[in-house]
Amino acid sequence: MTALGDMGFWASFALIFVAAAFTDNILLARFLGMCSCLGVSRKVDTSIGLGAAVIFVTASTSALNYLVYTYLLLPLGIEYLRLIVFIVVIAAFTQLVEMVIERVSEKLYNALGIFLPLITVNCAILGISLFMLNKPYSFGQAFAFGLGGGFGWFLAITLIGAIRERINEASLPRGLEGPGITLIIIGIMALGFVGFSGMIKI
Amino acid sequence: MPSPYTKILKDGILSENPIYRQVLGICSALAVTNLLANTLFMCFGVIFATTLTNFTVSVLRNHIPKRIRMIVQVIIIASYVMMVDIIIRALAPDIHRFIGPYVGLIITNCIIMGRAEAFASQNKPMPSLVDGLACGLGYSAVLIAIAVVREILGFGTLLGVALPARDLWWTQWTIMVMPPGAFFMLAIMTWLARARLVKEASA
Repeated sequence: MTALGDMGFWASFALIFVAAAFTDNILLARFLGMCSCLGVSRKVDTSIGLGAAVIFVTASTSALNYLVYTYLLLPLGIEYLRLIVFIVVIAAFTQLVEMVIERVSEKLYNALGIFLPLITVNCAILGISLFMLNKPYSFGQAFAFGLGGGFGWFLAITLIGAIRERINEASLPRGLEGPGITLIIIGIMALGFVGFSGMIKI
Repeated sequence: MPSPYTKILKDGILSENPIYRQVLGICSALAVTNLLANTLFMCFGVIFATTLTNFTVSVLRNHIPKRIRMIVQVIIIASYVMMVDIIIRALAPDIHRFIGPYVGLIITNCIIMGRAEAFASQNKPMPSLVDGLACGLGYSAVLIAIAVVREILGFGTLLGVALPARDLWWTQWTIMVMPPGAFFMLAIMTWLARARLVKEASA
């Protein structure tokens, strides 16, 4: 951990980003955000839409939750309330973003609109905020962790969406259709990502 | 037990099983099943949270304004999960260190939210309580099955106790402990369960 502190700001930022996106991929190594992934990854465009929304929300909420935790919960000695506080921050933030986007850009709202409510119940978002607390990050590093985690999720769901589009044509045993085959695809992808593990330790 | 409750229980555990039938709550099913001990604590947490959340939501169902019901449900769930978190930390600090974040994630576990929304917000408290219990048990049944296979294949142990004469003949399948093993096991479970359902439906 001391190594992170000694590094320059941008070096540690880049390192945490890459580690969160690849070696510790939130979907493939931490298993978070599976439900919405299985539900939404049928097509590439919807995968990209939800993925982009997730990047934005994880990056912002991990930074917000970091501030709330460090400057509000810790000084008051009420860390045990963190679960309820984090989920309320996330729910309020997505609600706020939805309202802002609706005002500012009709087009973006139509593209992202349906995905935003889905995000509140996406465990990847809350998960990133919780995993962040296990590590002694500074504010910038916490932001990098959220951004990298979101990007990793985006990457995984887009790839899965692309493979599922292809596999639609194949004839499968009835019982394996839908979630079964998707889980096997994800398993094989996870094998690939296991290859990254151990490259960086944070 | 009167018959409607038996039916709710059977639906929750078998025919409407949250994991392989409704494909909900997958995240934690994958993450905590590498060791059976972790799984048992996680199952306790989910059963506790889903049963009591269903009951509470059902009791309050006529008092919650429709527009803000999601956020009220989330807060109810979060309160129960917080209790579970504190209980597990007190009982088994070592296990809590590993599954801690996943216990927190019970809040966003779609099973609980889904049952609160689909069942408890329209039914009386007692059936809701049983429905929550049934879903929790259905979830636990699948998780325990996965965990038993993964721990035996991956470590050659069960609940931390080594298989007889493990070192003489047993080769550990390291892959089963790693993430891909979890995905493959769940895929196989879903496949088996669904293949049976398809057969029953066509028969």
